[in-house]
Amino acid sequence: MNLSELITLTKGNLLTKKPSDDCEISGAMGADLMSDVLASIKPEAVLLTGLCNPQVVRTATIADIRAIVFVRGKYPDPDTVLLANEENIPLIITDLGLFEACGILYQAGLPSYELKSQEDSVL
Amino acid sequence: MKQIDISDEYAENITRVEELAYELRINEVMTENVFSLEPDLKMEEALDIFQDKRFSGAPVTEHDKVIGILSIEDLIHALRENRMDATVRDFMTANPTTVRGSDPVVEALKTFALTKFGRLPVMDKDGNLIGILTKGDISNGLLSALQRDYHAEELIRYRASHLFEDIVSGRTSLILRYDIRKGDFIRGGNASSKIKRALLRLGASPQIARRCGIAVYEAEMNLIIHTDHGGTLRVEIEPHKITMEAYDDGPGIEDVELAMKAGYSTATHEIREMGFGAGMGLVNIKRCVDEMRLVSSIERGTNLYMIIYLNDSEQPSED
Repeated sequence: MNLSELITLTKGNLLTKKPSDDCEISGAMGADLMSDVLASIKPEAVLLTGLCNPQVVRTATIADIRAIVFVRGKYPDPDTVLLANEENIPLIITDLGLFEACGILYQAGLPSYELKSQEDSVL
Repeated sequence: MKQIDISDEYAENITRVEELAYELRINEVMTENVFSLEPDLKMEEALDIFQDKRFSGAPVTEHDKVIGILSIEDLIHALRENRMDATVRDFMTANPTTVRGSDPVVEALKTFALTKFGRLPVMDKDGNLIGILTKGDISNGLLSALQRDYHAEELIRYRASHLFEDIVSGRTSLILRYDIRKGDFIRGGNASSKIKRALLRLGASPQIARRCGIAVYEAEMNLIIHTDHGGTLRVEIEPHKITMEAYDDGPGIEDVELAMKAGYSTATHEIREMGFGAGMGLVNIKRCVDEMRLVSSIERGTNLYMIIYLNDSEQPSED
């Protein structure tokens, strides 16, 4: 799934500039706890979250996350957008809730990129 | 969907090029050493020059000042009217729009859009002709700038990845140090991002860079959240292993075994609101690194050692 499909499906808006490379998204995970994200997300995923601070972008950089969707109409602070532009991580906002946004993407064929148990390894 | 794809891709390219259009100066992309025409030249002679030199347009100068521009269209115009014995002055576009060489390329793009001229004489600050600019010059200039950017990054990557081969010693290592301030949530993870980028430039695989990144990021957040005054991140990169260390001067961990348990956390509500303090930090670190050692005392603070081996054969067997 590419970025524009993701935006259309989540009825979202892109807050950052267009990424310079082709942004192919292979899977998704929804979470608010960044340690959980770091522990469980596979590379090349989109992260759906209600958390809006710069740490989400840092987590994305570290964990090779391709894009971030902020749910429930939550708007990130300017620092977060600034950092995302620097790190070339697209930020999308949507009015949808976390469950609904995840459901729509799952139905559209985007697989879960969240490890099911701690025994699995993302590495 | 397909149509949106194409237009989006198109838009992405425009955005990148647009950035360059602000960075590049007109005098970096223009054609220099311009051939200019005398105003009293016959159109017939101008045609010969255009044919001979394969011009599609040229500025007209008088006493070193640009007074007009003659294009192929003007020649066609004269041919149609059968007035090839008229002078360049009669058919040229007088007082053409010019651009300044020191202006960014985007200014010329605006002028092209507004005026529909095919070429613009380029002037220096004293009004002297220093070149001529077509849209083709801009395209070429932007393309070579894009290529330069690409090569520059490639070169940095190449040089960095050969660091350990180029510098020979008994034991070569590269040490990165970062001071981490307590409570600095805004910049939290900044050091870890830099460490990850450095590793990629040094030629580490994406998997290794990711493992180091996650481990060191959790350690960085621990310094920000749990220390009295912050602490230090130290990463030593050697050809066969990466040693990461996070140390602080307090308050120390009372029960190290308990701290290592998944889900155990002493973080406050505020920290959890920020997405941390789930009690997974040390657990995450342990899963990412090959060796981990946590030494802590109430008097001396905490030292966390993390090692990732780069060569499979040197990796100790899993316990």
